[in-house]
Amino acid sequence: MPEMKKKRPKYLALHEIRLPLAGYASILHRVSGAGLFLMLPLLIWLLQLSLGFTTESAATFSAVTGNLLVKLILLGLLWAFLHHFCMGIRILLIDIHVGVEKQQANASAVAVMLVSLTMTLIFGLKLMGAY
Amino acid sequence: MKRLVVGAHYGLMDWLAQRITGIVMAAYTLLMFAAMLGGAAASRQAWHDFMANGFIRFVSFLFILSLCYHAWVGVRDIWMDYVQPAAIRVTLHVLTLLALTGYAGWAVQILWRL
Repeated sequence: MPEMKKKRPKYLALHEIRLPLAGYASILHRVSGAGLFLMLPLLIWLLQLSLGFTTESAATFSAVTGNLLVKLILLGLLWAFLHHFCMGIRILLIDIHVGVEKQQANASAVAVMLVSLTMTLIFGLKLMGAY
Repeated sequence: MKRLVVGAHYGLMDWLAQRITGIVMAAYTLLMFAAMLGGAAASRQAWHDFMANGFIRFVSFLFILSLCYHAWVGVRDIWMDYVQPAAIRVTLHVLTLLALTGYAGWAVQILWRL
């Protein structure tokens, strides 16, 4: 409406906005996706080393994956992948109108967080060589 | 040809592509997880033989393409949301496309020389 002159641009006080858990889960979907994209070269390189013919690539693979910093990055990527995976399933379900109601949507967001963190713990212990 | 640059259906293809590529990757993930439980990565030799298998190579190729397309749509959305100056945004779009195309070639090449 032309007569309703609104003040533009509009600035939101982000620190004052309180999101429901589903909102944070959604933001984390984007954050995890961005992290996976940024670390894609590392993952492809590790795939290459894991499948290399030479004994040199086997040694490099062990050395790289044995590095604590790399392990921590991989742990972060493990969480990112699992969160993105679980959240993706939630999005697909909501697309086919499963769990659209507020209460269910919030419950599924809690489930995404819990399942991805639990699975990160389980696979993360394997990554760290605990079993 | 007359093309609409704005409109209600402009994003439908991307929306659909994001779902389809997501489902392909999710299915591949479950397949790989089952294979790992079955000992596909029990040794370096077992892992090599597994990844060299024709069917696995076929689905891995689909996974690589899905991943790159999915990442393109997702990362492009991030640039569109947060980067206002058109010149910088377009540059980032191009760099993202170039990177993903290169990654796809690199990953395919790893599988096809096994």
